[in-house]
Amino acid sequence: MLLRHTTKEVKEREGLTINPAKTCQPIGAMYAALGVHGCLPHSHGSQGCCSYHRSTLTRHYKEPVMAATSSFTEGASVFGGQANLLAAIETIFSVYDPEVIAVHSTCLSETIGDDLQQITKKAKDDGKIPEGKYVIYASTPSFVGSHITGYANMVVGMAEQFAKSIGEKNDKVNVIAGWMEPSDMREIKSLASRLGVKIVLFPDTSDVLDAPQTGKHEFYPKGGTTIAELISAGDSKCSLAVGCISAEPAAVALDKKCKVPFETVDMPIGLSATDRFIMALSKAGGVKVPDEITAERGRLVDVMADMEQYFYGKKVALFGDPDQLMPLTEFLLDLGMIPAHIVSGTPGNRFEKRMREILERAPGANFRNGAQADMFLLHQWIKNEPVDLLIGNTYGKYIARDEDIPFVRFGFPILDRIGHSYFPNIGYSGSLRLVEKILGVLMDRQDQTALEERFELVM
Amino acid sequence: MRKVAIYGKGGIGKSTTTQNTVAGLAEAGKKVMVVGCDPKADSTRLLLGGLQQKTVLDTLREEGEEVELEDIIKEGYKATRCTESGGPEPGVGCAGRGIITSVNLLEQLGAYDDEWELDYVFYDVLGDVVCGGFAMPIRDGKAEEIYIVCSGEMMAMYAANNICKGILKYADAGGVRLGGLICNSRKVDNEKEMIEELAKKLGTQMIHFVPRDNFVQRAEINRKTVIDYDPTHPQADEYRALARKIDENKMFVIPKPLEIDELEQLLIEFGIAN
Repeated sequence: MLLRHTTKEVKEREGLTINPAKTCQPIGAMYAALGVHGCLPHSHGSQGCCSYHRSTLTRHYKEPVMAATSSFTEGASVFGGQANLLAAIETIFSVYDPEVIAVHSTCLSETIGDDLQQITKKAKDDGKIPEGKYVIYASTPSFVGSHITGYANMVVGMAEQFAKSIGEKNDKVNVIAGWMEPSDMREIKSLASRLGVKIVLFPDTSDVLDAPQTGKHEFYPKGGTTIAELISAGDSKCSLAVGCISAEPAAVALDKKCKVPFETVDMPIGLSATDRFIMALSKAGGVKVPDEITAERGRLVDVMADMEQYFYGKKVALFGDPDQLMPLTEFLLDLGMIPAHIVSGTPGNRFEKRMREILERAPGANFRNGAQADMFLLHQWIKNEPVDLLIGNTYGKYIARDEDIPFVRFGFPILDRIGHSYFPNIGYSGSLRLVEKILGVLMDRQDQTALEERFELVM
Repeated sequence: MRKVAIYGKGGIGKSTTTQNTVAGLAEAGKKVMVVGCDPKADSTRLLLGGLQQKTVLDTLREEGEEVELEDIIKEGYKATRCTESGGPEPGVGCAGRGIITSVNLLEQLGAYDDEWELDYVFYDVLGDVVCGGFAMPIRDGKAEEIYIVCSGEMMAMYAANNICKGILKYADAGGVRLGGLICNSRKVDNEKEMIEELAKKLGTQMIHFVPRDNFVQRAEINRKTVIDYDPTHPQADEYRALARKIDENKMFVIPKPLEIDELEQLLIEFGIAN
């Protein structure tokens, strides 16, 4: 009973967040930056801001995650971090030789007012950035938003600072990935190729954070969106933003800078959201959906129909990030389940509004996002109205254990299991995997608790 | 050792008043240390006869090297001990953090130790208390008494009132008290009466009215305090009087800041209306 002090009575809180359902902006910026080929993320702040996020990414992906830091000391805090960053840029290019350095700020550097645009420009003017190499930046103070905001900000940085228009549109479609796993980005590329749509996917962490063991350590694995691709994104015929919170801001930036029109879709988690994604991508590419993909969809529908009795009426508590929670909630409803309690630490009216729409099908559901929407509140809600299933990241295991609830790991971070970065969680096949996982824990529970005369061989 | 902080609106004459007053105290045989808490590092220029060459925060740039107290504290007029906090160039970094860091450093290095037999420490703080850093000298019982330099101009009075709000905040925890208002005259109509009234409303006193005299500027151009430049000038006696009043001061209060309406009313009654 690690969370035995959680009380049942829900009180309105003003200032206290207990076990937040979010983390800092820089980790999102760091993750997004790893989706650019040959990119070294750089944290402009104190060392802890870099090492904590590096280690969490390493624990989630079981891969070594590289990132540099401006190593602020008392002196840098008083006199500003410009000297540190300029020295860092010089050292990084001479020692680690990346194609790109993606600098993100931290609470400290933001508070003292360091201007990354001005410092990176000075680095260029002073000749510290070698020809053909790049330094991009994003402002990511953690006292605003969440890790999702940081991810979105860095992806905006890519769009704004790389994309150029030479004035001639090509026939490619930009697919701007919201925060998803490398396996999911791989799945998007696979779906696009099966549809016959040429895409520029960014960021793209596949073959970076799921790189194969070859016996030789590659400091910069082969994956990641290339600089040439990012530059060409300015001439793509349109963009598809996959996730209105984590991806759309970059699509807006690209439209503003290079006049690339865009459409935003939900992350393709579950049947309905994948349908919309496939339709949007086929429309954008001007192609027909091949039978092969329609058949894949059919298999998902078949399993949903066959197993409906196990899902129907089961209550679910879930927590995580907005772009995943929206389609996931919709999918649970499509499966006949009842989303009962939902929290996300990421603030935002848009998310709130969309969730209200989706939850019209689940009257009485508890939903909250923002600072006070924490794991503590979720736990209290569960104590008041028990659920049959909990879905969320690794931090959910404490609640699952205390309340004895079947638990499916989904989202970020997952520090105690593998699979999330290797098997897709999106598209029809990813959704089928999710169905399998949910069904697995529900049926295991039934097997564990069924009376002897009700212990079923066939389920 | 009495620990005094001087606050007031930017450009009101804090540094000039502080140094001239310190000269008065030093002349009377008191041992005084002046800690300049302004990134411009010009709070000790008149006592030293020029700018301090190395500030406390300059030593931060040379981390790892041994810092000695004598590198950052210089003796000025009548053996006053002068040090400058220093800070970043305008527009970069965090000057507030700089004040916190440098006051801590001075403590670590033993600048306040008994061996110096100090009677007074004066903190001369940058214009407005814009962030937590500039409140450092009144936190944790560092400075115990505060004098606010002001004039009869509206913005100076407004700033004085704001500083009182800051004092109020730290009065309970840190034990800091307001010792009075120093009116550095700008020759505003009814100035003396108006500041006396403001002081009364704040629950304090106008400790001295320093008349305006261009001789102060002349001494300043010569990098000297008035007492140092011409001990016989009448303005020198004004600063001697202020020094004596501070030395004899027994009135230390927790101020009662005014509402803006009240402050404006005061201006109407004493200024524009007359």
